[in-house]
Amino acid sequence: MEPMPQIPMLSYDVVVIGGGPAGMAAAAKAKELGLNVLLLDENDYLGGILPQCIHPGFGIHYFKEELTGPEFASRLAKHLVELGVEYKTSARVLEIKNYSDLEKVVIFTSPTGVYQVWAKAVIYAAGARERHAFEIGIVGDRVSGIYTAGEAQTLMDIYGVLPGKEVVIVGSGDVGLIMARRFALEGAKVKAVIELMPYPGGLARNVMILRDFNIPLYLSHKVVEVRGKGRVQGVKVVKVDENLNEIPGSEFWIEADTLVISAGLVPSVKKLRKIGVEIDPATGGPVVNDRLETSVPGIFVAGNALLINDLVDYVAEQGELAAESAREFIEKGGIESRKWVKVEKGQNVRLIAPHYLSGDRDVYLYLRVSRPMEDVEIRIPEVGKRLRLPVVKPAEMRRLKLKAEEIQKAGEKLTVEVVKA
Amino acid sequence: MKAYRFTCIVCPLGCSIEVEVENGEVKEVRGCKCPRGMEWAIQEVTSPKRVVMSVVPVEGGALPTVSVKTAEPVPKEKIPELMKFLTKLKLKAPVEIGQVVAEWKGIKIVATRGA
Repeated sequence: MEPMPQIPMLSYDVVVIGGGPAGMAAAAKAKELGLNVLLLDENDYLGGILPQCIHPGFGIHYFKEELTGPEFASRLAKHLVELGVEYKTSARVLEIKNYSDLEKVVIFTSPTGVYQVWAKAVIYAAGARERHAFEIGIVGDRVSGIYTAGEAQTLMDIYGVLPGKEVVIVGSGDVGLIMARRFALEGAKVKAVIELMPYPGGLARNVMILRDFNIPLYLSHKVVEVRGKGRVQGVKVVKVDENLNEIPGSEFWIEADTLVISAGLVPSVKKLRKIGVEIDPATGGPVVNDRLETSVPGIFVAGNALLINDLVDYVAEQGELAAESAREFIEKGGIESRKWVKVEKGQNVRLIAPHYLSGDRDVYLYLRVSRPMEDVEIRIPEVGKRLRLPVVKPAEMRRLKLKAEEIQKAGEKLTVEVVKA
Repeated sequence: MKAYRFTCIVCPLGCSIEVEVENGEVKEVRGCKCPRGMEWAIQEVTSPKRVVMSVVPVEGGALPTVSVKTAEPVPKEKIPELMKFLTKLKLKAPVEIGQVVAEWKGIKIVATRGA
């Protein structure tokens, strides 16, 4: 028997997994803070999904300028290269091992072979995956012409291929609406956007796209079936009641050659789960403290792997925080706090992160409501915090800043609730 | 009197704006919280404009296309014509990000991805 080939061994302070905006911002920050850092990405180019998001609307907070996705990505990548951050593309992480607090191993494949990296900390910024047709209960023929929105976007905006000519889009979130515009601009007919909820799922600026192109939006409807021979020929749509149950007799067919599924994103946490990282069922991402550290010490998380963000600006901000935290972790041999204040979800809060606050530092809380509401206050009764807002919508993630002094006023927990003002 | 209602898209705040128009003249704008929103709302009812984006095939680049945008917002009714113009473009690498790759009726078409 031949001996096992030796796996080359690398050593860094911190390994960043994922070369999207969260990972790039994290790697650059880590380097600036004097850490020896390696960035890994499985794609053959840096930027994550940004290079295919060719529409404007990125970077208003982070760069104080409105950019397209590729422009945002290229600025981060340029900064990375200028700093001399080491990175590998086409590098697929197979496994993360957690030997002890300051001993992690990341095993990855690349075109030049398999490697293992020893690191003191890991920043996990692997983003999210899209929910697909089966997950939302669409049945019918197995035909070509069914894409997730991200697949359609990759085809159109990376490869320059129009995936179809008569399109039905499932989901009125930002990604679905943006793809509706791209299809319409490129001369396809967008026959309908179908939304399960009684309100549109995307940011207001994207909902306007429907008016721009006269695209019909069916609220409280769902696609239940797809029919075709070889290629999609039509989809069956049904109306739902307020409990999201199908209303019998309300079915109708829409003829189309393409069905685009834009039914939300799910944080990619498989590899984290495997090493015992605790997951919050509400965000789909890990339970984290105010340093974005997961329940496994030394594993930090940022971006859409943490929770699904609306704005890339917040994603980059999380990446930078994860890098600062990784440095603190490495310098002190761990993240410590006098106490951890647990963040609890109150009325009309669907999800919130981070989950534990130290009171040692100011923190941004990211939260989403369950249902739309007008004239509200976000309240944290334990610390006497109130923030009045004209409107909240499930589609819009709210970011709430809490000062260290405010958090210190809380006992063991603080409750965030969204109530009528 | 005609009333337009829409959601502001200038920033993520998304104010609900109402614009009243009489004889083609803007009479009142309600609901916006900043002057940028006000300006946008007035333009939206008088001469709506959009920044337009697309991709253009590129030869010899790392990716098969270069993404482009108009350097300035384009009148909404002219967008289909602009898109037809863009379908005829073909580029050769190298293309720098920010490079003006074409011009259409005085509007610059700028590469938003390098190749």
